[in-house]
Amino acid sequence: MVVKRECATCVMVTPVIADLIDRAGPVLVVSQDDPGFPDGMPVHHDADLAISWHHSIETVPTLIRVNGGVETDRTVGWSRAEWEGLSGLDGLGPELPAMRPGCGSASVDPDLADGLRVRFTASTLRSRRVELADLEDEIEALFDRGWTDGLPVVPPTEARVLRMLEGTTRAADEIVAVVPPDLVEVTIEKIAVNAVMAGCRPEYLPWVIAALEAACTDEFNVHGVLATTMPVGPVIIANGPGTRAIGMNSGGNVLGQGNRANLTIGRAVQLVIRNVGGGRPGEVDRAAHGNPGKLSFCFAEDEVGSPWTSLATARGFGPDLDAVTVFAGEGPRCIVDQSARSPELLANTFAACLRTLHNPKSVMAFDAVLVVGPEHARVFREGGWDRERVLAELHARLMVPGHELVKGANGIAEGLDEKFRDLELPKFRPDGLLLVHAGGGAGLFSAIIGGWANGSLGSQPVTKEVRP
Amino acid sequence: MTSYVLDPTGERTVATRALLARPASIEGRRIGLLDISKARGDVFLDRLEVLLRERGAHVLRFRKPTFTKPAPVDLRHEISTQCEMVIEALAD
Repeated sequence: MVVKRECATCVMVTPVIADLIDRAGPVLVVSQDDPGFPDGMPVHHDADLAISWHHSIETVPTLIRVNGGVETDRTVGWSRAEWEGLSGLDGLGPELPAMRPGCGSASVDPDLADGLRVRFTASTLRSRRVELADLEDEIEALFDRGWTDGLPVVPPTEARVLRMLEGTTRAADEIVAVVPPDLVEVTIEKIAVNAVMAGCRPEYLPWVIAALEAACTDEFNVHGVLATTMPVGPVIIANGPGTRAIGMNSGGNVLGQGNRANLTIGRAVQLVIRNVGGGRPGEVDRAAHGNPGKLSFCFAEDEVGSPWTSLATARGFGPDLDAVTVFAGEGPRCIVDQSARSPELLANTFAACLRTLHNPKSVMAFDAVLVVGPEHARVFREGGWDRERVLAELHARLMVPGHELVKGANGIAEGLDEKFRDLELPKFRPDGLLLVHAGGGAGLFSAIIGGWANGSLGSQPVTKEVRP
Repeated sequence: MTSYVLDPTGERTVATRALLARPASIEGRRIGLLDISKARGDVFLDRLEVLLRERGAHVLRFRKPTFTKPAPVDLRHEISTQCEMVIEALAD
């Protein structure tokens, strides 16, 4: 029996506790706060809340039945029927109402829970403890150790890391992936450490884990994405009802600043690649320019307002599943068309803008994500174009005559060999355009996110389910 | 107050390895030339091969399947068992 004086239900049931002691045999009464409560009874004072913590007490009163040292049943709050069933006695608390909810256990008090978690479970963490000197500013100390991406990070204390680990059901020591470039095995715990530093809330952790599972595959090739001189990084596109549950942004300023989930999930992935994988600019990261999205580039698709099936669904994941797709991408550029009112005219603009990606002469070398804003999507919706139709129409408009592509054509040295002069070549390979619906409700704009070397020698987009 | 944070890194213990002594001569030594498959890397390596052979070195050529990924472990093993020295060429 676990109680506290601060709880009115506990005070109400004290006559019943006395009755249980008289009639039901040995009862151990544990008080979380006042060692003299209930009055006149032998009470064990759970001063450090160890009993409450290790018995997972969430509510007081909690009545537990123990047979041979093993818990066989428990009930929380006051319910005459349940107390009578558990104790095997009749006529408990005849003057009390039939039931009354209990109160929160002191061991789950938000002011105390973090400290208790450190005291009782911190020894399970395997990361090296790094002592900061008394006079060190902790934010500066983490800069000095080279652990940040250039912005301040949240110090990963044991309490914060343990709280972060509450965000997943997976074991802290489970190995999730092998992180390039140093090819280091990364555990859930190490991801949690970096997620704390990035500023994540615990409910974001499964998304960070899934994005790393996707990025650290041979198909995505994050080693090459990191090492390349091109300005790309992992772009994370989130799908599923969980994006709304954790408050991700798929609307206004979707690719910009201001949303904690979008920003910190993407940042945590990059911090793991930096800190665990050892991928740092000027070392293995050889980017000539980079792009601001290498700090974090993560957003959710607006599925609720979309005329189309989602990106993840198109890639084989059901609409009720949470999933992340990683794409090796550069910074976004805007497509402006404020005049097209038919899908044909809008597709013409999209194709003309896509045609210039990386170099007007380049074909089939790079993929792209097309982020269609709601006002542009409306034009396709009203025209009855589904996802497949949009992509087919764009691909058809992006067949380019070889004579425009050969070396020297249009006064541009870059280009294809002469042997392609009489052929017609596609700008994008058949699955090289990824269609996503996102953005604010006002503005006839969309965005292109250009890719990196595609295919088996470069990077393929990879989608993974987000698991709790 | 002393505070503690958890190490966010891979905690790799980096073994400090001393550099080998510079060879007095390359005559008769086996030298690997690794082409990482970037454009015109072969041009650079072809010239190096000529210069090394003029100095009496025995030259072996290797090539990564793609410059975007680390050399396959089998290739690294092959180079380490066949060569005494290796030159890796970057180009663009």
